[in-house]
Amino acid sequence: MAYLIKRRDIAGIGAATMLAGTAAAQSNIPTQPATAPRLPIENGATLRMLRPVRFVQPDEEVFRANCARFTQQTGVQVRVDFVGWEDINQQTAVTGNTGAGPDLIIGFGDAPHVYADKLVELTDVAEYIGTKYGGWKTLAQRYGKRHGTNNWIGLPFGASGGPLVWRKSALTEVGFEKPPEDHANYLRLCQALKRANKPAGFALGNAVGDGNGFANWLIWSFGGHLVNEDGTPGINSRETIAALNYLKELYATFIPGTIAWNDISNNRAYSSNELFLTANGVSLYFSLKNDPATAPIAADTEHTLLPKGLASTSPMAGLTLNAMVFKHSRYPNAAKALLQFLLETEQYDPWLQANLGYWAQPLNAYGQSAVWSSDPKVSIFRDTMDTGFWNGYRGPITEGTAAANADYVMVQMCASVASGQATPEAAAREAERRAARFFRRR
Amino acid sequence: MDATTQLHWSKMRQEPGWLVRVLDNKAVLIVACLLPAVGLLTVFLTYPLGLGIYLAFTDTTIGRSGYYVGLENFEFLFTDPIFWNAVFFSVFYTTLATIGKFGLGLWLALLLNQHMPFKSFLRAIILLPWIVPTVLSAIAFWWIYDPQFSIISYIFVDVLGWRETNINFLGSEWPARFSLIAANIWRGIPFVAISLLAGLQTISPSLYEAALLDGASSWQRFRFITFPMLLPILAIVMTFSIIFTFTDFQLVYAITRGGPVNSTHLLATLAFQRGIPGGQLGEGAAIAVSMIPFLIFATLFSYFALARRKWQQGEGND
Repeated sequence: MAYLIKRRDIAGIGAATMLAGTAAAQSNIPTQPATAPRLPIENGATLRMLRPVRFVQPDEEVFRANCARFTQQTGVQVRVDFVGWEDINQQTAVTGNTGAGPDLIIGFGDAPHVYADKLVELTDVAEYIGTKYGGWKTLAQRYGKRHGTNNWIGLPFGASGGPLVWRKSALTEVGFEKPPEDHANYLRLCQALKRANKPAGFALGNAVGDGNGFANWLIWSFGGHLVNEDGTPGINSRETIAALNYLKELYATFIPGTIAWNDISNNRAYSSNELFLTANGVSLYFSLKNDPATAPIAADTEHTLLPKGLASTSPMAGLTLNAMVFKHSRYPNAAKALLQFLLETEQYDPWLQANLGYWAQPLNAYGQSAVWSSDPKVSIFRDTMDTGFWNGYRGPITEGTAAANADYVMVQMCASVASGQATPEAAAREAERRAARFFRRR
Repeated sequence: MDATTQLHWSKMRQEPGWLVRVLDNKAVLIVACLLPAVGLLTVFLTYPLGLGIYLAFTDTTIGRSGYYVGLENFEFLFTDPIFWNAVFFSVFYTTLATIGKFGLGLWLALLLNQHMPFKSFLRAIILLPWIVPTVLSAIAFWWIYDPQFSIISYIFVDVLGWRETNINFLGSEWPARFSLIAANIWRGIPFVAISLLAGLQTISPSLYEAALLDGASSWQRFRFITFPMLLPILAIVMTFSIIFTFTDFQLVYAITRGGPVNSTHLLATLAFQRGIPGGQLGEGAAIAVSMIPFLIFATLFSYFALARRKWQQGEGND
């Protein structure tokens, strides 16, 4: 849902260039010896799968080709339906509750945790794949394993991150080589950019992707969190207040109007030379690069991870694809075999390359994929899943996590302080009240 | 030709078949004819409404059927400042937009009722804002109000040079609210204007002629002929307009999504936000249900305040 509109910016480009020859660039993916789990495929098995629609055309083509190869090798017919991003959560919900429908779904990060009881455990496949491909990344483990256990209920397929996107010339002009990692200097940078009339700006409107991305970064980088480890609201803390006080100073340096921004606004402002530092997915860069009118902006654009602040890793949580197999499937082995097949290098690497960096791998070995050396400006996205943060950070992933995200609890807390409508203390209390509702015990 | 052949002509009256008898039965006919309508109403109106009201008393979320929780949702909403803000803005939005729409719409209708060249053509053009799908006009307004690329800002800053900075239409509470109301008025005028124009054309010219002979001024003609004669249609149009405005969704959702910081949420957008993206179906339904009293009140107000003339109820005027 987050990057839905942006996807269109570049949908179709590269379809010809990437896949015309079908032969993706050769990557050297290191593997470790591992024994695949025995998954005797059921007689007459057929599978139906849902997944979100593509960012770019080759995504769908390679994905279908991979499934066709599975059919060829095992005789299992696979039908893949591509579903709009806004609809996949609802369709997952219906599937989970009615116990009918597709055998497996690639949904978003939290879905397997919400429907954990309805899912087939995938630990054997996850352990085999993890061993073979250098281990699962931090974010993949968080989204894949049931909270507090080593039991895998989801198999992450990739994540899409939103690091800083900035204009090299603007930063050089104000005397910075790259965005600093600490709050004080980062604020100095934004102030200098404002003075140079080349301002920074981050969405504080009801923007599911960009708005939450910024609000989460702000709170997490000060050590705050929405939910405590036990699942109770933890937003009303000293750290949150400190972050909100910092926001007041930071917001003063933004380009006007960011409180009304949605997910597409920063793309537009950046593309028209009005915005010089923001956070976004890789789509912005590609849309600039592929339009001759804005290609010079792309050449001047750099990506870096969001500033760490007080955190030890960059505080951002990618939007994650998470595959799950439902218990109601009559062919669970075939479904597991399919997921395992898709994560093997012969299938996964071409798919990763077809996505041009929109999705970053959940497994360490795929860091060697040729996609990350194709364009140095995209290589930063390789580490998207190394982050120690996730949506609903510090708490278990529940249905409340996704709901609080979709209801902009964090974004609106920040926006109300930035706009001067509320004091940091009042805003944190209000966020706590709303979080308490979403994370109440049922 | 003898009597025997003639006998063949007077056939015995056949006993009608069971089907004919059944179909001739009045009770059966009534049931059969009403059934489709009742079925449609039940399936498409009563059931969703009933389900909505039921959901409001449960804690259903998307993906989990809920338990009956009584008034818990409403109790929460009563303590929720965002809900009260939405109630306030819904009433404010409806009031102001309705006044604007009727003021300008009536004026436009009076203008269009004059004799002028290209009358039909102009009347057709007036309908444009209403014909365009709401979402499209909402997106047009979204661009008009854009903090960076607004055409209004462009005219004031770059063309006329009256301002230094762009106008921040949607960035703070009140400007955002008034911007939305302006968009709603723009969209609603044609409906009011065309409906009232229809009403104006039913007024007999002889009334005006008589008034002219009596020496009535144009204001007096409006006040004592046009306005009273227009009242019945005004009441109907206003009822509809209030209902449409109060339950408006698309404009607000496409332009601000309820932002900045929830200050432009209408009850309808808040219900959707909580119910579908937020997943709290029960709470969303409770918000939607809480619109019902307002709507009933608005309808009753239009009917009883504006339509209390006897002749509207089918009796003679005295």
